[in-house]
Amino acid sequence: MDEILEILSNDARINASEIAKLTGNSKDAVQKAIKKYEKNGTIVKYKTVINPDLLEGSRPRVRALIEVSISPQKNVGFDNVAERIYSFPEVTSCYLVSGAYDLLLVVEGEDLQTVSNFVASKLSPMENVRSTSTHFLLKKYKEDGQILKKTAQRRRLNISY
Amino acid sequence: MDFEISKKVEKLAPSGIRAFFDLVLGMKDVISLGVGEPDFVTPWHIREAAIYSLEQGMTSYTSNKGMPELRKQITHFLKNRYGLNYDWDEEVLITVGVSEGLDLAFRAILNPGDMVLVPEPNYVSYAPTVELAGGKAVILKTTIDNGFKIMPEQIEKGITKGVKAMMINYPCNPTGVSYTKAELSKIARIVKKHNLLVLSDEVYDELTYDFDHTPLSSIAGMKGRVLYFNGFSKSYAMTGFRVGYVCGPSKIVAAMTKIHQYTMLCVSITGQIAAIEALRHSHASVQEMKREYKRRRAYIVDALNGLGLDCHMPQGAFYVFPSVKKTGQNSMDFARDLLKKKKVALVPGVAFGSSCEGYVRISYASSYENLKEAIARIKNYLE
Repeated sequence: MDEILEILSNDARINASEIAKLTGNSKDAVQKAIKKYEKNGTIVKYKTVINPDLLEGSRPRVRALIEVSISPQKNVGFDNVAERIYSFPEVTSCYLVSGAYDLLLVVEGEDLQTVSNFVASKLSPMENVRSTSTHFLLKKYKEDGQILKKTAQRRRLNISY
Repeated sequence: MDFEISKKVEKLAPSGIRAFFDLVLGMKDVISLGVGEPDFVTPWHIREAAIYSLEQGMTSYTSNKGMPELRKQITHFLKNRYGLNYDWDEEVLITVGVSEGLDLAFRAILNPGDMVLVPEPNYVSYAPTVELAGGKAVILKTTIDNGFKIMPEQIEKGITKGVKAMMINYPCNPTGVSYTKAELSKIARIVKKHNLLVLSDEVYDELTYDFDHTPLSSIAGMKGRVLYFNGFSKSYAMTGFRVGYVCGPSKIVAAMTKIHQYTMLCVSITGQIAAIEALRHSHASVQEMKREYKRRRAYIVDALNGLGLDCHMPQGAFYVFPSVKKTGQNSMDFARDLLKKKKVALVPGVAFGSSCEGYVRISYASSYENLKEAIARIKNYLE
């Protein structure tokens, strides 16, 4: 991966002149590269990783992995059905996978009931959806390469040769 | 009862540094730029391999020289990486870090009064280990005018009757200085001419940023007169595992093994197993750490020069060696005062030899956020 992207993917708030210093490029060159990445969609967006378990005053949202078997359609295969499914805002991720089922969804909702309702009233009745299997997530250990547990500070000596 | 301590030991170690270290270690909320080890934790696959070996009950002694599998992996690695050909059974010894290796080497080769050339600034253990082995360290001072590099002419001048060996360390702790192949070839010429043995500490080899690292022993005609020291601490962030190795002429390695078998017996088997795993699968994590260090180096050199603390651009390791002469303080006073007033720890240059007065060692083996905070505090201190 380009070094600029490597730095940004770890800290989206770092500015162009800092990146320039770290990589030995000019600020201009860095800004140009970032513009290019934003324009061609390599950089999709800048987002914040939040650990909802630590949010005060709000109930943690419920997430489920849902395996969906669908009947492919002539000419367009799975794409049209997938589009109808991932267009629901409740669906936060949608993947076509190999194996025993076709689509793997991540669905999010306020509570168990909301997610169940979505499956029962929206997803399952859909034409071409043959079957679904819902797995509610119980605990989140690691997400997008980020371990969510705060680990104990590793103790290095403050000074050593 | 009042025991008398050996005169040799009494003479060792500058006491001022010890007191300063104690001061740092007793203080809380310090931002430390004084650390000689990576801030990365050992890559998980290496830790996992070590844990698994314990579960399997691998807790015994190993061969004195080290596990054959590890020695084979090392020679294989050196062949692929640098084109070096060492015999895994005759020419390799696994040691408790490079430090033990150096101690063994000096004890194996020195007779009372034999002299060893030691460039300065240097890692703190070199001269004391020479002295403990009964030898005499002849200090060759390098200066900023030559970018803290040892010049071939200087070596030639330092060679007198009784000089048996020379120490070299690159990339260097504390200056970060390293040598290109062309520069090493010039040094090699002098070494061959005067028939010296060279102890080459190349433990920071993987952390060379501006050119490819060249082992001294890979230069034509040098393999038979170089002891090549390396270890897993810096490249693989494995300081606490304490695993190093030495490769060199079988006669010297055999002599070193003799001492090692009586004093150390063998390196901890867990460490050796972790080292095998490191050599097998770590290329990606090493490169990742190296890229990160390189970025921090760019930041810290720029920032220090921006504060008026003259700092040369080092070629390797994770240290910079800026001058604090402009503050009008000596390196120890500067370090102590900065620690007390701003809680930033660094190592005064005098720790690395008397000629390093006026300099401090700053380690950038610390997160970018920490470095930024430390620079802000130093700026504040200087104002």
